[in-house]
Amino acid sequence: MTDALGTGLLIVGAFFFFAGTVGLLRFPDVYSRLHALAKADNLGLGCVLLALAIDADTLEAALKLLLIWPLVLAASACVSFAIARRADTLGIAPWEKKDGR
Amino acid sequence: MSSIYVTVALFLLANLVVALVAAARGPTSADRMLMALLFGTTGTAVLVLLAAAGGGGALVDVALVIALLAAIGGIAFARRAWHTRETHHD
Repeated sequence: MTDALGTGLLIVGAFFFFAGTVGLLRFPDVYSRLHALAKADNLGLGCVLLALAIDADTLEAALKLLLIWPLVLAASACVSFAIARRADTLGIAPWEKKDGR
Repeated sequence: MSSIYVTVALFLLANLVVALVAAARGPTSADRMLMALLFGTTGTAVLVLLAAAGGGGALVDVALVIALLAAIGGIAFARRAWHTRETHHD
């Protein structure tokens, strides 16, 4: 039961990493690429860590794995905010759909 | 379980190789920095997976350090290094 749950979470996490990579490749400007990166950071790593914590031997090891997630969440939010504000200060306009296409 | 861990780690590594192509393509320095941040997160996941697949608990500590360094690198880039607005921006 826990094996199936762990495997499912691993696959979901790998999917979100894949989606984040594809988004970074395909999205048109820096703001939307930040959005794609946040998926890999928050959900991808979160699912992988949860899967490993379920399978961990001791409670201490599981908690240590789960401790990485809030750290990455906070770091991802701060970095996204800093980069987006800097891009705005530099005058980079958000991408808009061109008329007539 | 261990073979699944290694499989997922290899998949994430393949993801990183694809992201490397995008990092070389650019076009702005911010895009390259976002690739570096993705490398940090994916590297954390790969290290944690390898630790669970038999690498030992020390790799989890390394993963924590990588996650911290990626955050510090991102903030340093946004606050200190990114001064010019590239002309080619699509």
